[in-house]
Amino acid sequence: MSMRSRFRSLACGLGAGVAVAAMAMGASPASAETFKIGIVTFLSGQAAEAFGVPAANGAKTMIAGLNAGKLPAPYDTKGFGGMEIQPIIIDEAGGATKQVQELRNLIQREQVDAVVGYISSGDCLAVGPVAEELKALLILFDCGTPRIFEDNQFEYVFRTAAHATMDNVGLVRYMKDHDVKVGTYSAINQDYAWGHDSRNDFVAAMGQLYPEAKFEADLLPKFGAGQYGTEISALLRQGSDLVYSSNWGGDLQALVLQAGPRGLFKRSQVVFSAADHVLPALGDKMPDGTIIGARGAYGLMSEETPLNTWFQTTYTAEHGVYPVQAPYRVSQALLGLKTAIEKAMSENGGKKPTTDEIRAALKGSTWNSPGGQITMANGNGHQAIQDIAFGRTRYDADKKMVVIEDIGRYPAKCVNPPADMKANDWIKAGFPGAACN
Amino acid sequence: MELLLTVLVDGLIYAAWLFIVALGLTLVFGVLKILNIAHGSFYAIGAYAAASLVTWFTTIGLAPEWSLVAMLLAAAGVAAVLGPLLERGLLRLFYGRDEVLLVLVTYALFLMLEDGVKLIWGVDPYYVSEPYSLFGNVEMGPLFYVGYDFALMGLAVICGLGVWFGLNRTTLGKIVLAVIHNPEMSASMGVNVNKVYVLAFICGVFLAALGGAFTAPQISVQPGISVGVIILSFAVVIIGGLGSIEGAAVGALIVGLSRAAAVHLVPDAELFIVYLVMAAVLVFRPEGLFVRAQARKI
Repeated sequence: MSMRSRFRSLACGLGAGVAVAAMAMGASPASAETFKIGIVTFLSGQAAEAFGVPAANGAKTMIAGLNAGKLPAPYDTKGFGGMEIQPIIIDEAGGATKQVQELRNLIQREQVDAVVGYISSGDCLAVGPVAEELKALLILFDCGTPRIFEDNQFEYVFRTAAHATMDNVGLVRYMKDHDVKVGTYSAINQDYAWGHDSRNDFVAAMGQLYPEAKFEADLLPKFGAGQYGTEISALLRQGSDLVYSSNWGGDLQALVLQAGPRGLFKRSQVVFSAADHVLPALGDKMPDGTIIGARGAYGLMSEETPLNTWFQTTYTAEHGVYPVQAPYRVSQALLGLKTAIEKAMSENGGKKPTTDEIRAALKGSTWNSPGGQITMANGNGHQAIQDIAFGRTRYDADKKMVVIEDIGRYPAKCVNPPADMKANDWIKAGFPGAACN
Repeated sequence: MELLLTVLVDGLIYAAWLFIVALGLTLVFGVLKILNIAHGSFYAIGAYAAASLVTWFTTIGLAPEWSLVAMLLAAAGVAAVLGPLLERGLLRLFYGRDEVLLVLVTYALFLMLEDGVKLIWGVDPYYVSEPYSLFGNVEMGPLFYVGYDFALMGLAVICGLGVWFGLNRTTLGKIVLAVIHNPEMSASMGVNVNKVYVLAFICGVFLAALGGAFTAPQISVQPGISVGVIILSFAVVIIGGLGSIEGAAVGALIVGLSRAAAVHLVPDAELFIVYLVMAAVLVFRPEGLFVRAQARKI
């Protein structure tokens, strides 16, 4: 065979192969497609250990499970509607300006189909308008500020977890329902937006449900202070019936480590609005009887369902610790995205849906997550509401872990404002329209 | 009276912690004329090293009291490794240059050490809270204090007196003082100035690491702990006067007591008070409260 004829037959063979491959792809357009998502979470810095890395781990577990089609029904189809999910995980550290650049990079250079991310409220507020300008699908999975959809109207931005108001309204309801006597109370919170907003919501909710209670010490040590000796003395001297904190991560751990031996937990009932994530690390250093929340019905306070059992078992096996709030919150974002994509595909004949088709399907939708049902009820269908749970800690020496007892659950419409009200106005008006059991 | 006592005790505990770290910072500035931003990283590395060593000591079955030895060894180890390495390998290349350049160099070093810490220890927190209960509790009026906090006050006094005595009452200390006043003249008199620089830097690293190591049982050791401490340490040495041991002691006391008073009396002013005090001191004493006498060169 001459060189030319050998080349011709090779080219024919390659051509035939390409044609066969193209035909095979044509048989199932979506199954050969991929869906590329950017996942933005703290991989370094103060929030990495508490939220960022667990969230990244949660995303890895969920995406691997979805791509393998291993989740229980109704999520047992592979990937997103047959499309393999391709994640790109980005570090959220570095501030809002950097995150705006990273978001543009993900959308314009990496050409992701959607971005799922952001723990910091400051980052969420900064990136929302950029996604809107680029007409790119942005799913905020964690940040707490109510302002995202109270101060803005977005078409391409969604938040698939409830904002921080339910943490504090739910906590005060739990205290009332469990007959916690509060004549006086004090607070210690981190001196930045989260700490201030949480303290304001808590004090406002106390004003409604404990109108006679007197607010005493109001401490706002700086974020990352580390040393709380003086603040603990001030709280001990005050001797309030109740001490409230929305601290998280290292600040919360340091507060517990330093306040425990000094008897704060014996002198006052201590309540933490978002503390489940420090339980695995603190172990027996977390005093018994502390009332804690998890920013949802998550982790040790989640309800047993096939989906939750799969998530807890798989996550624990892969990462050596049970999942707490951040893995739950990123998981519910991914399952919301899957639900919306597959709904859009059922309406467009099974093709990979456009961004506009996905956002139309996600708006106002409802789906089940490991932490319960998520409903995009607020923010014109862009802001989720969900159930929340609280309980009391007890160190179980046999299990060598903190367990949660006396769990109280609150339905989403009991602890979240209605669609037509701002959170703060709703609390101050006495929770109109709240539907509690 | 009870409030006054509480403010005093809280202030002294906080001042003791701050003084151990600030002492190293002011020593390094006094001898090497370096405003060392990486000092906060040495504090963090000391805390991480102590957490690792205490955990190891516990794993091999040593009694809890040995954790104090572990913390001391951790600080010494950090100083022995990082001190000569950084002073000889990096900082000496910039002596004699503009002081601002050295600030930038140590800032770059700080950033690299922060990443180095994450590379070695990851982002998960470390706990070694067992030593915190070694000294029991102290009942003081209506309040409980942890004995460990008072032990830290003792450590601060030992460190302060040790450095002061070493500088002012030993031959080596007098050589160091000579180098501080005039390195060129000291070198011409046969003093090995390079050795003095290394020694001073090792001492500075040791004090920062010691502060971190003995703070580890009180906190969750994790990325970011270096930032807060360096800012406060700078405030202390600026109030006291750069390079002055007495100044660092008084600066730490002023910061500790004013902060404690603010937390108890005007909580909203807690963050502001340190900088208010610093500004007030600088208005009247722009070089800080204790300024080292400068030998005039002809």
